[in-house]
Amino acid sequence: MKILVGYKRVVDYNVRIQVKPDGSGVVTDGVKLSANPFDDIALEEALRLREKGVAEEVIVVGIGPADLTAHLRNGLAMGANRAIHVVASDTVQPLTAARVFLKLIEKEQPGLVILGKQAIDDDANQTGQMLAALWDRPQATFASKVEIANGKATVTREVDAGLEVIEAELPAVITTDLRLNEPRFIKLPDIMKAKSKPIDTIEFGTLGVEAHDHLKTTHYAAPAKRSKGVMVKDAAELVAALKQKGLL
Amino acid sequence: MSKILVIAEHLGGKLNSSTARAVSAAIAVKGEAIDVLVLADSADAIAAEAAKIEGVSRVLTVARSENAHALAAVLAPQIAKAAAGYSHVFVPSTTFGKDVAPRVAALLGVAQVSDVMSVEGAHTFKRPIYAGNAIITVEADPAHAVVATIRSASWPAAASGAASAPVEALAIDASLPTHTRFVELKQGASNRPDLQSASKVVSGGRGVGSKENFDIIFKFADKIGAAVGASRAAVDAGYVPSDLQVGQTGKIIAPELYMAIGISGAIQHLTGIKDAGTIVAINKDGEAPIFEVADFGLVGDLFKLIPELEAALG
Ligand SMILES: Cc1cc2nc3c(=O)[nH]c(=O)nc-3n(C[C@H](O)[C@H](O)[C@H](O)COP(=O)(O)OP(=O)(O)OC[C@H]3O[C@@H](n4cnc5c(N)ncnc54)[C@H](O)[C@@H]3O)c2cc1C
Ligand SMILES: Cc1cc2nc3c(=O)[nH]c(=O)nc-3n(C[C@H](O)[C@H](O)[C@H](O)COP(=O)(O)OP(=O)(O)OC[C@H]3O[C@@H](n4cnc5c(N)ncnc54)[C@H](O)[C@@H]3O)c2cc1C
Repeated sequence: MKILVGYKRVVDYNVRIQVKPDGSGVVTDGVKLSANPFDDIALEEALRLREKGVAEEVIVVGIGPADLTAHLRNGLAMGANRAIHVVASDTVQPLTAARVFLKLIEKEQPGLVILGKQAIDDDANQTGQMLAALWDRPQATFASKVEIANGKATVTREVDAGLEVIEAELPAVITTDLRLNEPRFIKLPDIMKAKSKPIDTIEFGTLGVEAHDHLKTTHYAAPAKRSKGVMVKDAAELVAALKQKGLL
Repeated sequence: MSKILVIAEHLGGKLNSSTARAVSAAIAVKGEAIDVLVLADSADAIAAEAAKIEGVSRVLTVARSENAHALAAVLAPQIAKAAAGYSHVFVPSTTFGKDVAPRVAALLGVAQVSDVMSVEGAHTFKRPIYAGNAIITVEADPAHAVVATIRSASWPAAASGAASAPVEALAIDASLPTHTRFVELKQGASNRPDLQSASKVVSGGRGVGSKENFDIIFKFADKIGAAVGASRAAVDAGYVPSDLQVGQTGKIIAPELYMAIGISGAIQHLTGIKDAGTIVAINKDGEAPIFEVADFGLVGDLFKLIPELEAALG
């Protein structure tokens, strides 16, 4: 079985994002970029399934500009067998990303597709669900545990009410939550090995995917700031203050 | 004119308050009709609750045994069919809505607006990105239906009680897949207020130190009638179950009172509490970033301060 893994590059989670003063976007020049943390988890899960003998091949997929190569090399260094780079100059919206993944699925025929539950830049939380709909296959979102046996995935999902377990026939789409696993660190020899692993490059325009996105972002603003409050000296003063506000 | 379909969220035969919050967002669109769709195995009791929400024009029900559990693959084709003739489909931005709404959007071939925090016009919305560090204004193409998830913490629940919208059964001809099956839901039995709708929340972080120590948080929460939350670090360390996590990748909440105890205040955590009325921070490190956003800060050891707080409460 092949596993296709979404491997998106995003602004690193430690970067404090600044909105440009003219509201035209956020400052991304010179900021540190990293793999979306949920995608590292997706890749780790795929690698573990390969190590268990459930899968033979793990393919990382990135949709983005020409300079995405170095990022995809990180995925290869972590252990993916090969990478597919869909070269798109503009950022693609989730529906377009899902349509791209569907094209790659038709070509690669994976038994499993693992994506992050959300990308931490746009926080859309959509791509996996949209892909599952277009593919007409099961989705198991927000996964914190995955077991594959007898042609099906048994997935524990982190939902608001607790932990939900569902069964999904393969092929299927799984999206990862934070507690699914702890991704491995990349070791130096792996970086060397990754240099010889293949990266297929596909121009977005050749896929026949319609990219007329229905959403336009017209303005960026900084969030309303909470102002710093007061420090109280002890428990009694805190209780008195909260009582005065009618909160206790 | 806009016609809005709101998808009801429910569990165990009870309507979730996120539904009335989504109705509030629908009201802000200022359309001509707001219908609530209830998909369930037995829909009557849930529909009766939904019919009481002010602003609702009609409640539509689809009662089928396949709808006993909220499986996105099963619900989405029915919602997509029901959406015909509507300009907007609104779903609460809870794990229920986040799971099903994008599947509906893809079936309709439209983009989705996630986590709507304000409605600026029938097709113009504000939503957070980068863990709430930027707020964008998005315009949806009026030529297509708008599928959106509604960020519960940004919207009060529409009033309930006086209204009585008509309830109508809807016949939907959609073939439903059997490739996805519900196995079980493991729910922590708790008599405490629900984290997402509670007016008071007490959260503990890594500073609490262990699962056993977390009892001090639970006890204090019970004393003031609060729900209990936690940071990711506390959940990862196994102190409490995952459904208590507050933050970018956990629950986004807006209680009147939020008390962060032994929590440093990472941006991913703060995203979850931005809309809280009053934030209290208790931390032994006076430099902890949580104090930058706290309305009241108290520096000290939580194991000493919590008993003192209880004593001061009397
Ligand atoms: C700063 C900024 C500005 C933007 N400006 C615009 C704009 O002006 N106009 C506009 O139309 N859109 C704009 N976007 C939208 C944007 O790029 C897409 O909507 C977004 O990247 C896709 O949503 P997501 O990754 O949050 O999806 P999610 O659904 O949250 O992603 C889930 C998962 O899908 C997979 N995935 C998604 N995308 C990719 C990818 N490219 N490569 C590999 N895997 C992927 C990953 O596994 C990921 O974890 C902007 C985004 C940002 C961050
Ligand atoms: C992609 C991503 C998503 C994330 N999503 C979330 C999320 O949804 N929610 C979330 O919470 N985090 C999230 N995080 C993690 C976040 O970055 C922080 O690591 C986490 O919030 C830290 O939890 P904490 O404050 O409990 O722990 P720490 O940062 O370790 O802070 C513990 C605090 O306790 C104090 N303390 C220790 N002992 C005592 C004592 N005896 N008395 C008083 N104070 C004491 C310390 O001074 C310290 O400030 C996410 C991270 C990433 C990368």
